[in-house]
Amino acid sequence: MNGPAIAAEGLRKAFGQVTALDGLSFQVLAGSVLGLLGPNGSGKTTTVSILSTALRPDAGRATVCGRDVVADAAAVRGLIGFAGQFAAVDPNLTGRENLTLIGRLSRVDRKQARARADELLDSFGLSTAAGRLVRTYSGGMRRRLDVAAALLHRPPVLFLDEPTTGLDPESRLGLWESVRDLAHSGTTVLLTTQYLDEADALADEIVIIDSGRVADVGTPAELKSRFGSVVFDLGFAADADAEAAARVLTAGGYRPERAGAGIKVRSGSGSGAITQVLRALEGRAPDPVSVAVHEPTLDDVFLTLTQGGKAA
Amino acid sequence: MSTIEVPRRPAVLSRIAAASWDTADVAGRNLLTQLRTPQALVFALVQPVIFVLLFRYAFGGAIRIPGVSYVDYLMPGIFAQTVCFGAIGTAVGLSADVRSGLLVRLRTLPMARIAVLGGRTAADLARNLAVVAVMTGVGFAAGFRTAQGAAGLLAALGLVLAFAYAASWAFAALGLRVSDPEAAQAAGVPVVFLLVFTSSAFVPVSSMPGWLQAVGAHQPVNALVNAERALILGGPAARDVLIAVAWTAGILAAATILSARIYARMSR
Repeated sequence: MNGPAIAAEGLRKAFGQVTALDGLSFQVLAGSVLGLLGPNGSGKTTTVSILSTALRPDAGRATVCGRDVVADAAAVRGLIGFAGQFAAVDPNLTGRENLTLIGRLSRVDRKQARARADELLDSFGLSTAAGRLVRTYSGGMRRRLDVAAALLHRPPVLFLDEPTTGLDPESRLGLWESVRDLAHSGTTVLLTTQYLDEADALADEIVIIDSGRVADVGTPAELKSRFGSVVFDLGFAADADAEAAARVLTAGGYRPERAGAGIKVRSGSGSGAITQVLRALEGRAPDPVSVAVHEPTLDDVFLTLTQGGKAA
Repeated sequence: MSTIEVPRRPAVLSRIAAASWDTADVAGRNLLTQLRTPQALVFALVQPVIFVLLFRYAFGGAIRIPGVSYVDYLMPGIFAQTVCFGAIGTAVGLSADVRSGLLVRLRTLPMARIAVLGGRTAADLARNLAVVAVMTGVGFAAGFRTAQGAAGLLAALGLVLAFAYAASWAFAALGLRVSDPEAAQAAGVPVVFLLVFTSSAFVPVSSMPGWLQAVGAHQPVNALVNAERALILGGPAARDVLIAVAWTAGILAAATILSARIYARMSR
């Protein structure tokens, strides 16, 4: 591995009174996939816009492959592919025409742009729709075309801003597959997402941002073990049953949180711990009528981060 | 991973060539898009033709212009009216590209910056050329005749197209500021209405009340219509043409600078 393919140092950006980025710094190793994770309004899109030269930072600096995104924007544009939050494809052109146009504007010559367009249409499963106007495409097809358009000139660095927002589960998995293929072929990918499972599935490293600042950095496994508490939701037939079960669990060393006929139990050791929880109850309290296991979510991580404490 | 090759910055001449190609590519896309949007085509082609026929046959009988048949008086006015309303299309198209996020994507491509606006206005110029050609045909069919022959007519149409191009750049600035096609349309129509209907496009400015004459006589659309009439109907043309050319050049210069600045500011 070489040095960072993407480096951001103290990026600041304000829109009027609203501070979007408040001194953001992070790096992405060449050939790796970085997930930029954060809630709406945390500064994800602003970050990607600055790194892809669409927006200038107020302060701080950023480089892509060592090139400054402001001073050397023209060179950076030759090195990056960008797919924004809204599928920015022309509804009145066909899929192939869209790709050929973006290819031409990415300075790929006409013949190569056509060949590359067909290659990408094929690998994104759009071959049969290549000659159809994009206004007849489904949301998932548009999004795939949008990502394909970012790849015409084989950029070594790819930016994807919430690539799967609004997609159905099948399209989502298809897009994940495409991102994995790109990563295997050596492309550096920075993707923003609101979904922990998406970052988990794709990213080598995750940067969590909140209010324009880095809240934490780590591999998916690190972050989950640091913040993720699995939550078991036990439902009982009556409040009295839940009360009895809560007493048993407390005696067994757990810290149940009871609300009415329901009990929440947090576990720091993964969802497998449900077996022990149920065993602790067996024969000593009424059986629960429902059991649900909630894996760690971004909500957990953020709650933990904003409350300043760390989960068990 | 191997080291990444960074494309070298090309020399000035090849950069100009590349910018021209980019502009042509963007213009081609805009033309294709318009051809595939039937409403836009109808708006661009059918509406002007209806206006020619309406003014010629429905209103024309009631309007008397001394010394000239009304259809000959009307055609220069309707050319100007058509390209002015057509210029709103530049604002509508650009604002749609702002809203769809296409403009953000284009800012991240290694293409020439100028091609986004240059391509849009070039496509609109091509559309205007087609529209003006159709209208000329319809005009002739409705009895329009040119006293000064083909040279005068072609000079007048050249002036119309140059003015149309400048107006497109002016409306490009509006389209970039308003990221909503409906809003762009709503903002553009009243301006064009005022300019066209206070000018001598359909009736002589001298028939209007004095305060309105003051407005109507000193605005760009009126200057264009006067110059066209002088070229098509005859009479001393030099002064009118000069005024129209000055307006066109002034609008073009101001509008290109303004639009380019707004476009550059969009990345701030």
